[in-house]
Amino acid sequence: MWGLCKGSGSRPYQTVIDTTGPAYRCSCPSRKFPCKHALGLLLLWAADGAAVPEGEVPEWAGQWLAGRHERSERPREAGGRTVKTVDSAAARRRAEQRAARITAGAEELEQRLADLLRGGLASADRGGYGPWEETAARMVDAQAPGLAGRVRELGAIPGSGPGWPGRLLEECALTHLLDRAWLEVERLPEPLAATVRTRVGLTATVDAPPVRDRWSVLARYDSWDGRLTTRRTWLHGAASGRTALLLSFGAAGRAPQPGPPAGTVIDAELTPHPGAGQLRADLGEQFGPPVPGAVPPPGGPVADALAAYGRALTDDPWLDAWPVTLTGVIPGPVPDGGWQLADADGGSALPVAPAALARPALWRLAALSGGAPVTVFGLCGHRGLTPLAAWSPEATGAVPLT
Amino acid sequence: MTIPDTTTTTTPDTTVPETATATTTTWEDLVTMALLGTDRRAPAPDLLGPNGPAAGRDAPVVLLDAAALHTVRRRAGLLPAPAAPVPEPAPRDDRPALPGAAARRLTLLLADRAGAGQGSGGRRGTAPDLTELLPQWLAAANEYGYRAPATALPALLDAARARTDLRPGALALAGPRALWLARLNPEWRFALRGASGAGALPSPADTGAVRRLWDEGLFAERVALLGAVRADDPAAARELLAATWSAERAEDRLMFLDSLRNGLADPDEPFLEQTLADRSRNVRATAAELLSALPHSALAARMADRAAGCVALDRTSGPATVMVEAPHECDAAMQRDGVVAAAPAGRGERSWWLAQLVEATPLAVWSGRLGDREPAELVALPVADGWQEELHGAWCRAAVRQRDPAWARALLGPPATPPASLAERSKLLAVLPAGERARWVADFIAAHGLSDAFQLLGVCAVPWSPPLGRAVVDALDAAREAGSYPWSFSGVMGLAERCLDPGEAERLELPAGAPGEREGASPGSGDYWAEAFQRLVATLRLRAAMLAELIPSPAAP
Repeated sequence: MWGLCKGSGSRPYQTVIDTTGPAYRCSCPSRKFPCKHALGLLLLWAADGAAVPEGEVPEWAGQWLAGRHERSERPREAGGRTVKTVDSAAARRRAEQRAARITAGAEELEQRLADLLRGGLASADRGGYGPWEETAARMVDAQAPGLAGRVRELGAIPGSGPGWPGRLLEECALTHLLDRAWLEVERLPEPLAATVRTRVGLTATVDAPPVRDRWSVLARYDSWDGRLTTRRTWLHGAASGRTALLLSFGAAGRAPQPGPPAGTVIDAELTPHPGAGQLRADLGEQFGPPVPGAVPPPGGPVADALAAYGRALTDDPWLDAWPVTLTGVIPGPVPDGGWQLADADGGSALPVAPAALARPALWRLAALSGGAPVTVFGLCGHRGLTPLAAWSPEATGAVPLT
Repeated sequence: MTIPDTTTTTTPDTTVPETATATTTTWEDLVTMALLGTDRRAPAPDLLGPNGPAAGRDAPVVLLDAAALHTVRRRAGLLPAPAAPVPEPAPRDDRPALPGAAARRLTLLLADRAGAGQGSGGRRGTAPDLTELLPQWLAAANEYGYRAPATALPALLDAARARTDLRPGALALAGPRALWLARLNPEWRFALRGASGAGALPSPADTGAVRRLWDEGLFAERVALLGAVRADDPAAARELLAATWSAERAEDRLMFLDSLRNGLADPDEPFLEQTLADRSRNVRATAAELLSALPHSALAARMADRAAGCVALDRTSGPATVMVEAPHECDAAMQRDGVVAAAPAGRGERSWWLAQLVEATPLAVWSGRLGDREPAELVALPVADGWQEELHGAWCRAAVRQRDPAWARALLGPPATPPASLAERSKLLAVLPAGERARWVADFIAAHGLSDAFQLLGVCAVPWSPPLGRAVVDALDAAREAGSYPWSFSGVMGLAERCLDPGEAERLELPAGAPGEREGASPGSGDYWAEAFQRLVATLRLRAAMLAELIPSPAAP
């Protein structure tokens, strides 16, 4: 998309936008990015597509677009070669130093957990959040952000309502399992070892071949943990049958990279991260703008969803939830204050996860269903399902529930 | 989800060699152990494995190993729970769906409502105030008979819950599916009662069901039922009410009686005449008020007799003059007819009684009593001894109560006369036909400007007729020329945004585009006016777009 904007100078500013990026270029001197000219052009286009008619690409716009296209091609050809050309010896030394620090951290955490169980979880209730926060800081120092995150969550459990001792023991045990796995990571088979490294907090080296597909963007939502905004985008590829998760981050209140909007379909390449049971991927080149029409992945009754979660646990025992599609389920509140998704043609139901119960989107789901079966995409975990998107004859396209 | 019974199962021996023997320790045992601490409660021997503590493992580590195994096994083996009863299917709604653009507009209007709290403190800027457009949008959409998109129902119900003025429109659009949804959420119970909860009421023709609900229903349901039956068959409603009248509580009687206001007609008289003897004073007063609105009622005739005795025409000296002789006492018969004996503080008893008599007297009486004159001539007659204000005030209230346009017109007088009581005038205006009302207000604005016009504009039909719209725009333009600040007119501006015909946007382009500031104007006022006019134009444009989106596309079935 391109346009000319009359500014204060004698020559109009030349503004070009690549909507697949999105990326912007403008001949104005503004240091804001994107500049007001590009934003104005986008607003015009968003308000009324006809305001920006099709036309022949002028030279100044064509050059830039061609350049962009070329640049986006180049890294693919270069592939892993660029990665390997860095000084491998120095990199290996740094990696070893970090691994040693993490190992020290994991041992310290093991000690902390053993002390806790020796004295009893009942004391964790009295200690408050302070000791956990301190341990989490120690894990950050040990360069193990994954362990630090788990420790912070442990600190929140004693205040999480009835049944907390059982939940705290579960999470302590899984943290212990991760510690042990890290301490003996060399003995683990490679996919599981990669999973353990990712769980501990090491950044995975992504060198798998990219997968090109028409990806349905099933859901996109942000979460904020007080430090970082994390944007999660769930995709499903029609041909590959893969489900993938894109992550992007925004620090200190900044918005993360926009990414493709929910409910659309993108023709793009994804590069999966390594590790057993890992769905994370990086978005590579996009071959055209997002178009509406996201379709749900193939699904089944609620029992299938729980079975899928169970199978995924064999690859990654630390998984809290697994993406599933439920077909033919009727959502609704149940007498004890919770919600369920019940098979329309059977007596089985899956509860909605407690963390999702406060969402107004549940009422949107109930309204959409009207007591009739719908298709729901969500995350199925040990505490229930978190619905993310739904499809019904009542509405065109995917209805976001985030 | 249920937890598979782990109390008696054996640990799969392939997973953790240490516990290869049959385990008898349950998850609950592990939690107890963890709560108390392994110092106080050592792990059971079966956990320690065949080699016991000699395996070289600390008790806490043994406990954590076992707990990790239990946790992963439990999570991997989860089974669905038996389903609780699912909601009944919602009733079908065969109304056509909203056009796509209109459905998106509704989402925007409803979303703006949610965020309306923050912006209210500051200056309004040039952006239209979407919240104020929602009532119009709902009315227009309901006129086409659309049904709301299913996913918009929660937001519609929330909007209706927060703003009672939106309820009838929002619930009509939302339809039967919203009532189905409201039954699932206690926060939306309001939708199930009240006059708009028609879905829950039996059809007025179903006399058995009507009777049952009337006898057994809650107060709110009964009020709604009475209203619905009254709208369908006024006599049936009256009979329903009469059947249980003596058993109702005084507050309830008052509310029920008030619902007879709709469709009030001569056949209601006998029942109302009966209730004049009611135990409750408020019920008696309401009955008397309703009867006085029936010019042919016996009560109206009695009041006319009394009033005629107090007001007479004196032709003896010079021009004809109205003489007033206020009543000397308020007897039992007058009190039975609803005249309140005790005057409010600061008013003479006799003038208070007179006002009540004249107010309840059919206006037609006066042309005979005061020399065969038209209302306008009657209003023009001089009144002796300073009674004019009292007499004319009572005539005004009578004209409003009896909805008499000829008298209302006469009492309003020409728009150019200086404004008297605006509250009274706006009530009189409401009695006039819409076109005449708009013309009168337009002339009033042309004569007096906008400062007193707000209340009068409020009773004009929306959208404003072209002459009225022009008068308001011209007056706003004049105020800008005069150099005052636009927020002195923010009330009228807000009304104009909602009520001007969207077609006026073209005419407004000129003032909106001319920010010129006159000499002697308040500093900066020109910019503020430009902003205010821009917002006005933007809002009108938006309204035009909004209404255009609702037009059914010819392609739709």
